[in-house]
Amino acid sequence: MMDKPWNNKAWFFILPVLVLVLFSSVLPVMTVVNYSLQDSMGVNNFFWNGDAWFRDLLDPGTEIGARFADALLRTFAFSFAALAVEIPLGIAIALCLPRRGWAVGISLVITALPMLIPWNVVGTMWQIFARQDIGLFGAALTGIGLPYNVTQDSVSAWVTIVVIDVWHWTPLVILLSYAGLRAIPDAYYQAARIDGASRWAVFVNIELPKLQKVLVIAVLLRFMQTFMIYTEPVVVTGGGPGSATTFLSIDLVKIAIGQVDVGSAAAMSLVYYIIILTACWIFFTVMTQLERRGDS
Amino acid sequence: MSLVLDNIGLRAGATTIIDGMSLTLRRGVMNVLLGPTLAGKTTMMRLMAGLDQPTAGRLLLDGKDVTGLPVRKRSVAMVYQQFVNYPSLTVFENIASPLRVARLPTAEIESRVRHAASLLRLEPLLQRMPAQLSGGQQQRTAIARALVKRADLVLLDEPLANLDYKLREELREQLPPIFAETNAILVYATTEPTEALLLGGETATVWQGRVTQHGPTSRVYRQPANLAAARVFSDPPLNELAVDKRGAEVITAAGRRLPSSGVLANLPDGHYTVGFRCDDAALTRESASAPGFAGVVAVTELSGTESFVHVDVGIGTWVCLVRGVHDWQPGAAAEVSVDMHRAFAFDPAGNLAASPAMAQTA
Amino acid sequence: MTTITLDGIAHAYTRHPRSDRDYALRPLHHVWEQGMAYALLGPSGCGKTTLLNIISGLIIPSEGRLLFGERDVTRLPTEQRNIAQVFQFPVIYDTMTVAENLAFPLRNRKMAKPAIAARVAEIAAMLELTPDLNRRARGLTADAKQKISLGRGLVRSDVSAVLFDEPLTVIDPALKWELRSKLKAVHRALDLLMIYVTHDQTEALTFADRVVVMNEGQAVQIGTPEELFERPDHTFVGYFIGSPGMNFLPAAVDGQYARVGGSRILLGASYPALTDAVRIGVRPDFVTLTAGNGPKVQVRRVDDFGRKRLAHVTLDGLALVATVPDSMDGIGTETGVTFDPAHVLVYQNEIRVEGTPA
Repeated sequence: MMDKPWNNKAWFFILPVLVLVLFSSVLPVMTVVNYSLQDSMGVNNFFWNGDAWFRDLLDPGTEIGARFADALLRTFAFSFAALAVEIPLGIAIALCLPRRGWAVGISLVITALPMLIPWNVVGTMWQIFARQDIGLFGAALTGIGLPYNVTQDSVSAWVTIVVIDVWHWTPLVILLSYAGLRAIPDAYYQAARIDGASRWAVFVNIELPKLQKVLVIAVLLRFMQTFMIYTEPVVVTGGGPGSATTFLSIDLVKIAIGQVDVGSAAAMSLVYYIIILTACWIFFTVMTQLERRGDS
Repeated sequence: MSLVLDNIGLRAGATTIIDGMSLTLRRGVMNVLLGPTLAGKTTMMRLMAGLDQPTAGRLLLDGKDVTGLPVRKRSVAMVYQQFVNYPSLTVFENIASPLRVARLPTAEIESRVRHAASLLRLEPLLQRMPAQLSGGQQQRTAIARALVKRADLVLLDEPLANLDYKLREELREQLPPIFAETNAILVYATTEPTEALLLGGETATVWQGRVTQHGPTSRVYRQPANLAAARVFSDPPLNELAVDKRGAEVITAAGRRLPSSGVLANLPDGHYTVGFRCDDAALTRESASAPGFAGVVAVTELSGTESFVHVDVGIGTWVCLVRGVHDWQPGAAAEVSVDMHRAFAFDPAGNLAASPAMAQTA
Repeated sequence: MTTITLDGIAHAYTRHPRSDRDYALRPLHHVWEQGMAYALLGPSGCGKTTLLNIISGLIIPSEGRLLFGERDVTRLPTEQRNIAQVFQFPVIYDTMTVAENLAFPLRNRKMAKPAIAARVAEIAAMLELTPDLNRRARGLTADAKQKISLGRGLVRSDVSAVLFDEPLTVIDPALKWELRSKLKAVHRALDLLMIYVTHDQTEALTFADRVVVMNEGQAVQIGTPEELFERPDHTFVGYFIGSPGMNFLPAAVDGQYARVGGSRILLGASYPALTDAVRIGVRPDFVTLTAGNGPKVQVRRVDDFGRKRLAHVTLDGLALVATVPDSMDGIGTETGVTFDPAHVLVYQNEIRVEGTPA
């Protein structure tokens, strides 16, 4: 924008941040890059491997490639399924919450409760919850005659994981949407009533457009979280049955720690990382575009 | 004792916001910056305060170069169009806040706040919270806070713009004597010619990032140096008539021939723009020497004491003043007579060629 | 033809109002006539917004009846009242084009497509929105958005009333007069009852055929702009209309003269003997400084407004604002003052007393 007078003292102030970033992100990433380009024969015996890990990984013909492609597809499918339920459900519930009066505080606290529970606790809770014999969820479904078995049946396993995520994280979408709805001035609703608009028209022409920015944030957060899902499936299904719920993060851990295949795992992490970065960049671009179109 | 803007410029990328501005603002007089919204008044004030740095030129305070000195190190107080007060502090504490920051002794703070409060008639309100005050009271609190600091430079950026007209009227009356008491360099930005006139002092007319004229307020009003200054200092807008003077006659853009009278009488032949304010355009024929223009009423704006009749005269729309409240209906036929003896004439470059005041001194 | 009748409408926000002070709006009888433009003018908290909300259905009055024509709508919700409203801030539908925004109230009422298109074109032309009709509404400036809001308020020809709630608040000052005049022109072109709430006298007087001046929950005068200027019925009107407002001086009145301090002032009419809580009211425009005639005044200050000069003077210790004639140069500290008898009015207990022609 403007020519500012140079002030060398400024560097002094950002130095600690630069050091911190160096140790927290740059060095770990470089380590991973280092691993991804080498192969190891036993401890501390590394040699140059070029881009071989990456070529294997991205070629579905190889074993690792096929495994990666499957896990990636599964992870995308999961993100899509979770978002497809959570976003509409979150908006719908936000629309039903009271806008004023004593009930506002109570309903918001109740809504937010699931979010306050840590991942592993959620997993453990649902591990019990989903049991056919004593779990409320599992026993109820079995009771009404559905073939439900979280450890044996892949459909059951999938449904359970999605339901857990929906239960755990729809509240975030609800709260964001609720804040967005509250920010709409009363005049809009009054104008719509005077204009003779139906409830549906109010939703489509006022509420949804005004929620646009908030929803982009909600989709971004939920996409990143679902795409990195790990704890719940590990605790509840262990990635099974078979590899039905082995998402990318789980596979990564299996390869790196279970098989000590550091090179493959490093290459896989990097590709994973790049996918998430790309997604963030797309969302960021969309958001700034919305911002620039400037509606107030 | 002054603030000098020495050829100050501000550019952002390729656009010039402030263009080579030189201006001397003296201590002990009210310095008014008059100009429409977005003319550059707020930008000028930010540069004077040190909130922004100019890309060219120097800023001298009492002879010392203060260009580039950050705002913290300058002695500046500012009052904004929005009422800016600390919502959690009482009126007393709001006024005292700059003194507390300066760590003045309690007794000194007490006496300075009381004095400022008495000037601005805030004494009964000192223990109230800003939320309990009317807009006028809130703005008086903000002004008191600016004065109590005894800063070298006090900047007031359209302080009355957000007030209802009755409150604005009241404060316009109260402010000049209060400001007269301070020893600061006072700068007051406004969009309203009436406000500038009532504040008196000196006025700089600002138009598109330039100062078009600077001088004693009454003189700038009565003898605008150029068309831009005359336009800025006219509300309702300046009425304009383009003419071609040929000897004893002038020819309007519509081809009408008029005797060259009044302000045009002694000018050499050529093209001129005649500018006249609404009070020099009457809706009835006042004298045979005043040229009449037939037109149709477009709309009448009624303030509580005056009526501004906008008349479409074919070569543009002029505003005529009628004293009192008289609703001239749109569409009605009207005859506008222009008092050429009170009009201004500008040459094609926009500079003043002749004015009634020049005729008087001649 | 629809009229709107306020039949003893009053509103208190407390359950059991006891005194006048408890009322946000004191009992009011008035008939709003079809095709007329009204303004509700008053300072903040005067009850003008409460009255507007009662008409729009946002507030149900605690007393009285509201009639649209013959129909009692006091308790009907907004959407059943057949009104249009323009708000302080632009309300537009982001997803729609300008044309769709304007058509929205008509489409919801299942009007035929060609008729909608014709009406939208007509309203857009009036407000100079025609070039923008096919643009998305969201990208436009605040001024343009407010014009769309105005257009949506005006697009239905069958409404009982169009209500305006300080619609020019967000408009750039330089454009205000343009929109004010546009609204005036629109009102002349469309035969609609319009009610306009504002605290700005210029907006109210310029727009309205009749102005309702409100103060402390009470409609103190309903009149044409001329009437409010020439003959304020209440001292508040004298004060609130005009910049500066009317001069009020404590006086004793008898016959054709008022005694103010030691001075005798001629009145334009004849009055019975009045001494209790009596003041005379005269606008600064009708009090003129003279070189020597008339009662003596001390000059405190002269304000230069450019096109006029006003002197702040004292007459027997009473503050007075008077016009300084153009011809008068070099005003001394003491000079004379004359009153225009036709414009000196008499007030008792803040209410104007009607005299008999002399």
